[in-house]
Amino acid sequence: MTDNAPFAFTHENLEQAKRIIARYPAGRQASAVLPLLDLAQRQNGGWLSRAAMEHVGGLIDMASIRVYEVATFYTMYNLKPIGRHHVRVCTTTPCQLRGAIAVVDACRTALAIELGETTADGSVTLAEVECLGACVNAPVVWIGDDYFEDVDPARMNAILAALRKGEAVVPGPQIERLNSAPDTGLTTLANTVR
Amino acid sequence: MAKLTIDGIEIEVPDGVTVLQACEMAGREIPRFCYHERLSIAGNCRMCLVEMEKSPKPIASCAMPVGNGMVIKTNTAMVQKARQGVMEFLLINHPLDCPICDQGGECDLQDQAMAFGFDRSRFLEMKRAVKDKDLGPLIETHMTRCIHCTRCIRFATEVAGVEELGATGRGEHMEVGTYVERSLTSELSGNLVDLCPVGALTSKPYAFNARPWELNRIESVDVMDAVGSSIRIDSRGGAVLRVLPVLNEDINEEWISDKTRHACDGLRRQRLDRPYVRRDGRLVETSWQDAFAAIAARMKGLAGTRIAAIAGDLVDAEAMTALRDLMSALGSPHVDCRQDGARLDPACRAGYVFNTTIAGIEEADACLLVGTNPRREAAILNARFRKRWLAGGFKIALIGEPADLTYKYEHLGAGPRTLADIAAGRHGFAQTLREAKRPMLVLGQGALARADGAAVLATARRIAEGHGLVCDDWNGFNVLHTAAARVAGLDLGLVPGAGGRDVAGILAGAASGEIEVVYLLGADEIDTSRLGRAFVVYQGHHGDAGAHRADVVLPGAAYTEKSGTWVNTEGRVQRGAQATFPPGDAREDWKILRALSGALGRPLGFDTLDAVRARMAAINPVFARLGAPARNNWGAFGSDGPLEDAPFAGPIRTFHMTCPISRASETMARCIQAAAAETRRATGTHG
Repeated sequence: MTDNAPFAFTHENLEQAKRIIARYPAGRQASAVLPLLDLAQRQNGGWLSRAAMEHVGGLIDMASIRVYEVATFYTMYNLKPIGRHHVRVCTTTPCQLRGAIAVVDACRTALAIELGETTADGSVTLAEVECLGACVNAPVVWIGDDYFEDVDPARMNAILAALRKGEAVVPGPQIERLNSAPDTGLTTLANTVR
Repeated sequence: MAKLTIDGIEIEVPDGVTVLQACEMAGREIPRFCYHERLSIAGNCRMCLVEMEKSPKPIASCAMPVGNGMVIKTNTAMVQKARQGVMEFLLINHPLDCPICDQGGECDLQDQAMAFGFDRSRFLEMKRAVKDKDLGPLIETHMTRCIHCTRCIRFATEVAGVEELGATGRGEHMEVGTYVERSLTSELSGNLVDLCPVGALTSKPYAFNARPWELNRIESVDVMDAVGSSIRIDSRGGAVLRVLPVLNEDINEEWISDKTRHACDGLRRQRLDRPYVRRDGRLVETSWQDAFAAIAARMKGLAGTRIAAIAGDLVDAEAMTALRDLMSALGSPHVDCRQDGARLDPACRAGYVFNTTIAGIEEADACLLVGTNPRREAAILNARFRKRWLAGGFKIALIGEPADLTYKYEHLGAGPRTLADIAAGRHGFAQTLREAKRPMLVLGQGALARADGAAVLATARRIAEGHGLVCDDWNGFNVLHTAAARVAGLDLGLVPGAGGRDVAGILAGAASGEIEVVYLLGADEIDTSRLGRAFVVYQGHHGDAGAHRADVVLPGAAYTEKSGTWVNTEGRVQRGAQATFPPGDAREDWKILRALSGALGRPLGFDTLDAVRARMAAINPVFARLGAPARNNWGAFGSDGPLEDAPFAGPIRTFHMTCPISRASETMARCIQAAAAETRRATGTHG
């Protein structure tokens, strides 16, 4: 996969792209750039090649440079090829206080790569990200489209092992806890909700 | 109108202006980097902060519209502190390399740091460094110096109409550039250097050449195209080092084209600096006396009808006046200034100038372009079309070669047939023209320099008359010239007299031997191989096509080396100024012709520049009035005849080389290489 490898939406994605563009008023089709880039990234194995960005620009009559500007601004668009699983560990203050650094270290050891690198077998890319907005379940790890919450090094190792074996993993809190309810049991309205 | 108080001064300003503009009107200078009158408002440099009553924070005056009763303070301690803070932030990542920076001495950041900056740094961390970009042969980049004002991005997108520059990345990693390495494809890219408030974008050809305080500046007129942009010529020690634009709302606003700006290195190369005479097939250096003697000897006893003269594209009106009078003194009717053979009709001035005027484009609401590519032929004028198009409600159509003109237009057809259809009202666009309040038509030289040119001209006149293009307060008929000398040539009547030959006739006569002497006044755009055995005198400043064929070469002065008069495509009479002296033995052109007339025994009736100009005004009173063009009376021009089917072809194939000066310019040669490489990149034919 290179930057210049030709890119075009599949028939299915092109239909989806048209539906996305139709959400916006006529003449404002450039507004569709974010969802279209996301669609292109999904089709292109998790990253945006230059050809993909130019293809999107062509669909919405947007100069290539304007698409590059958008794609380089948002960190969720990957401009280089990544592994099959994109593991992003939050290390912002709340997660850090709850042991995110240990989770990062566990990943580094288990995968034998540093932050920003991809494993030799191309299965996992490891990254450090800023606040994911799920601090109540810190530390948070974001893999693919899902959050894995309340992660500790042991759980992290298990998740990584499962991912690399292709086994199913369950996203959400990794401890006994309903969503972001207090993990020590209800602290308020304890009598009314059962 | 809104009333507001600025530093205690009550001022009334029009609604919709910004606080910054209101402060300017009140005579308060507001520092700024990102704000520019002719670009959209970005509001990102924060240098223009002022204090506004009832606002807890200082406001960015460039982005704040005025409101009634606003109280603005621009000189309080709060404003001072805010500006100092902004400046400190801007300087955090700005290198301290002013001594080796080409912007030094004319740098907004340097000046404003002196006025608003803190006198030491509190920043102990590392400064960021940014990789330099390659934007082509005209723009040198030092991206570490960039303060992200985004003026260059906005200029490229809005004025130049090429969306190629952008800001990629975010936060500290934001970089201004093209993302994909490429040269800019604009004819106006040199203006980015003027716009850049710091030394991030500087002029590549001018790199490390001079400091601004070493230069002699003089304001003059450009001759690289027929627009006649106002320019400032900066020279040092007799060499023109650079050309910059001068603000002129009627013509070039504050932009100039890359050719105007950067062809000036051609003034130092291939120059004719002494007279030459051909002896035994070779041009040999000689003296003025010998050169004149050689011409006089050849012309002795020769009937005037066997002598012909062609005036070139860059010649000043003074020289053409002298040529005209000399030829009539010699009794020759064979004079022509239309090197390209354009069938322009000198009978009616309204029939060969850009009547609407360049500023008038902004009032137009429909435009038909015929046989022209204004982007190539008059880049500055094209920017005005784009400006009008961006404002909305401007329908443009083109008959001729389709090309990217930086605005959208309807392509109606390729040749005269479509034009005839419109004239006859058979075409849909005829309706558009009739319904428009201010319709205009632009006829390019590509439509006129052909066998049926006179018929095309007449057809265009019929469109103008039949579709309401000409009325009491509006003239929408326009001819777009490509040569700076053309309108003055026509005004002076440098066209064949009774029984005279035009350029094609002169060449045919020279080939057949009926014309024995051909006088080329800076004429290089003709096919000199067709001059046959004629005795050719070339007077001009560059060793180009004409000089190579000549039997006698008389060295003249380039446009920067004489005080001359040029008339632009609008019919605007403008006076250029002398910045440097002609090299070696070269002389001002009218003086050469005056001296030659003496050597030929037919002395012209003027000895001073003032006398030449008086003579010019006597030939045509338009020369008595500098500046704004007078309205021209409508009349009959062109002649009916059969129209051919051949499509209109543009007169200019390569924007960067159109005259002896630009052909001698290394910078222009590099631009052509870069443009070719960019075409290969864009079409992917480089593999």
